[in-house]
Amino acid sequence: MKVLEKKLPDILKVVNQPIPKKDGKKLTTGAAVYTDDLAPADALVVKVLRSQHNFAEILNIDTEKAEKLEGVECILTYKDVPDVRITRAGQTFPEPSPLDWKILDKYVRFIGDEVAVVAAKTQAQADKAMRLIKVDYRVLEPVLDYKTADQSESIVHFEKDCSANYDIGFQPEKNIAAHISFEMGDYEKGFRESDIVLEREYETQATNPAMMEPVTTFTYMDEYNRMTVVSATQVPFHVRRMVANSLDIPMSRVRVKKPRIGGGFGLKQTAASEFFPALVTLKTGKAAKIYYSRKEVFLATTRRHPFVMKVKVGATRDGKIKAFDFETISDTGAYGDHASTVLEACGEKVMAMYNKVDGYRFDGRAVYTNLPSSGAFRGYGKTQGLYAVESIVNELARELGMDSTYLRKKNVIKKGENLLLGTHNDYDDNILRQDSCALDFLIDRGKEMIKWDEYYPGKDMGNGKFRGVGMALSIQASGILNIDSANATLKFNSDGFFTLLISATDMGTGCDTILSQMAAEALQVPLENIVVYSSDTDVTPYDDGSYASSSTYVTGRAVIDASVKIMEKLKKEVSEIFHAEIDEIEYGNGVFACGQEKISISDLGYRLNCKQVMATGSHTCSTEAPPYKSGFALVEVDAETGKVDVLEFAGVVDCGTVINTNLCIVQTQGGILQGIGMALYEDINQDFAGREMNDSFMTYKIPSRKDTPKIMVDFAKSYEPTGPFGAKSIGEVVINAAAPAVIDAIDNAIGIRFRKLPVSPEQVFFALNEKNKRG
Amino acid sequence: MIINLKVNGENIKVEVKEDEYLSETLRKNGYKSIKRGCDKSTCGACTVLVDSQPVLSCSYFSHRAEGKSITTLEGVQAEAEKLGEYIVNEGADQCGFCTPSLALSTIAMKKELDNPTEEDIKHYINGNLCRCTGYEAQMKGIKKYLEVE
Repeated sequence: MKVLEKKLPDILKVVNQPIPKKDGKKLTTGAAVYTDDLAPADALVVKVLRSQHNFAEILNIDTEKAEKLEGVECILTYKDVPDVRITRAGQTFPEPSPLDWKILDKYVRFIGDEVAVVAAKTQAQADKAMRLIKVDYRVLEPVLDYKTADQSESIVHFEKDCSANYDIGFQPEKNIAAHISFEMGDYEKGFRESDIVLEREYETQATNPAMMEPVTTFTYMDEYNRMTVVSATQVPFHVRRMVANSLDIPMSRVRVKKPRIGGGFGLKQTAASEFFPALVTLKTGKAAKIYYSRKEVFLATTRRHPFVMKVKVGATRDGKIKAFDFETISDTGAYGDHASTVLEACGEKVMAMYNKVDGYRFDGRAVYTNLPSSGAFRGYGKTQGLYAVESIVNELARELGMDSTYLRKKNVIKKGENLLLGTHNDYDDNILRQDSCALDFLIDRGKEMIKWDEYYPGKDMGNGKFRGVGMALSIQASGILNIDSANATLKFNSDGFFTLLISATDMGTGCDTILSQMAAEALQVPLENIVVYSSDTDVTPYDDGSYASSSTYVTGRAVIDASVKIMEKLKKEVSEIFHAEIDEIEYGNGVFACGQEKISISDLGYRLNCKQVMATGSHTCSTEAPPYKSGFALVEVDAETGKVDVLEFAGVVDCGTVINTNLCIVQTQGGILQGIGMALYEDINQDFAGREMNDSFMTYKIPSRKDTPKIMVDFAKSYEPTGPFGAKSIGEVVINAAAPAVIDAIDNAIGIRFRKLPVSPEQVFFALNEKNKRG
Repeated sequence: MIINLKVNGENIKVEVKEDEYLSETLRKNGYKSIKRGCDKSTCGACTVLVDSQPVLSCSYFSHRAEGKSITTLEGVQAEAEKLGEYIVNEGADQCGFCTPSLALSTIAMKKELDNPTEEDIKHYINGNLCRCTGYEAQMKGIKKYLEVE
């Protein structure tokens, strides 16, 4: 059985089809399938008392009155937790994020930081108890501006026991959580030989992933007195490690289960709610649950790192891009979750698409402030970096008087060429060569869909409205090279159906379904004959979890490996039945044959009833197979009000083989809309005292139905030889390129370049007034 | 206090606190199709029908529903399955967390509006936020269910 052909087989039955999601019926009819729906009715209600200060030392916590309240089970403070620092970032061991967080600490580092944990029989009792806790603080001088945090006299993490697992440039004494820098090729020569050098500063804001299901967990001790954590998490195995380490109990005493997840987008790659009910259950032996309010999701989970980026590009007059220079500071907030890796993800790949440059340089620092922590959010640094790089390439096109699509085609990577990977360009061709890369097609097709030639650059509509088109490109990863690992187990059952056990975490992405499609295709059985279960750390095999766009590409390879292995085992069983050699056994479409003799896979299931045949497949990401995307925006600017309407958006994606045609279209549309939200609406700001001003959907605006433009999606016919059935990833690549395309379209409509996101009607209005004044 | 509710055609007596919201009362009594997304009446996930009108149950006091007829998705499963199939066939279910409330609003819309345009549909369900889909595929499924162009 060959499942990794050089190209797609002509007939595919289950893969590359619009297969409905396996859990679709239960989800759409309102079944009780999410964490909170499954929590035991008698679970203690856990609430967290949060800091009202940006930065303070807790001098005393008086819990006496609160503890006496009816229904209050316990109130826990920093005195009740083990003296262990961990990171909540869900990453593979050894975690690249600094170990700077404790479940409860004597110091609070942002408004919303945890002060005490309350557990009571009812929500009302817990709320009342929180109001009765009296805390004395010594208020410290907070660090609120990330651009100057490294010069601040106030130090966010001055404690001796915070550390990094390895060198990430961790310098807490300067408020630096991570410092990543590298040079690639001879960028100085590139700039020397450039006819034109542009230098610009761009800024991206803090945004919240804002999945619809808040953060939630419940915990209980099972019949073996082990801690069971049921949580809406993208990273069950990392949560097992984090809960065990932070509570200082053996990992063997912790079991983590993930029910359906109501969206994640990276936010649920950082543990948040898991620790508090686990602490309560450990102390009381009773079941406990926590359900974050939307305000807590905004304040006390993680958001996209804000970046300020100083970018330089050099090019010749005829449009050959020669060099880049990229300097950035990111705000990691009070804790360093994902600080170094978001920087690395930004630096190593956003310039790598322009592989004909002489070289580039990247220097990035992630700094601590006394603001809520940043973390993972779909796009993970590349969204920020691509906003800057794609914007400056658009500005360069304008400067050169060149169509930005022409400039792209002249400079971007082509199929068969090597990626100019910032951090590891010493890798050999097999890792860096792009066997699938359809950027030229993505550009041509996008132009066609948005009617580029009709509009470019812009049009005065004659009614006070101006239209413009703009574009940008996107690149992401398919898993993390040499780090992301996945396993998949297949069990063969009576009647010839298979159980697929995985720990990739379907958070609405549909990976349970697409991984089942792959198994069905590889085993040549109907999709109904693949029963999928995910995930439970006691039962399903190890997987990093679903992040870094890894589920299709990395876990998919493990599924294929498992399919190949179990088919070999089944053939062996059949050979014994027919008293033949294993290589005499043929298999196709559910039937084993040995010469004239045949047995169906269903009959084999019954024959082997007492013997469990199972196999586990594994895969570690060992190639760079990034997906690509082009984004094209058509906007209309109302000069009277400054309002920007995105009228149409075209996204063309090269994700290799499209495993599920429906799910990939919807992922792309959803990602593009999040990118438009980042360009025009979504923003988290603080007032003068560092208090969050955007902590609800009233003040933090995600796009609604009425804000949504016509989003057109197409896919390149592309095949990635290292991917399962030729597939690459899709989840993250789709969010990038939206913001820089929209900003470029605004520039092409009204001749004003905005560099700081988001762009509000007020900004457009005042900028237009300013421009008109100057004439 | 004890209040009388008619939930999905069934008369029930439930004990509630004065300041309790309907979302909490109903979820406690097993109507788990009601989701809690924002607790501030801004996301739509807690939609129920009170006397056939969509209402955000996270900001609707339970005692206000005394004697009223409440419909949750559990009570209109046949319609939910029909609409659900259209949504799932477009791949628009995604994480699913907003779908039950979207379904309930859509079922109410079907009764209230004759032959709605795309603009009418968007207006009616604009309060049902979704973060996964970009809305387009949901619209396709909804239009098929409503049998409109």
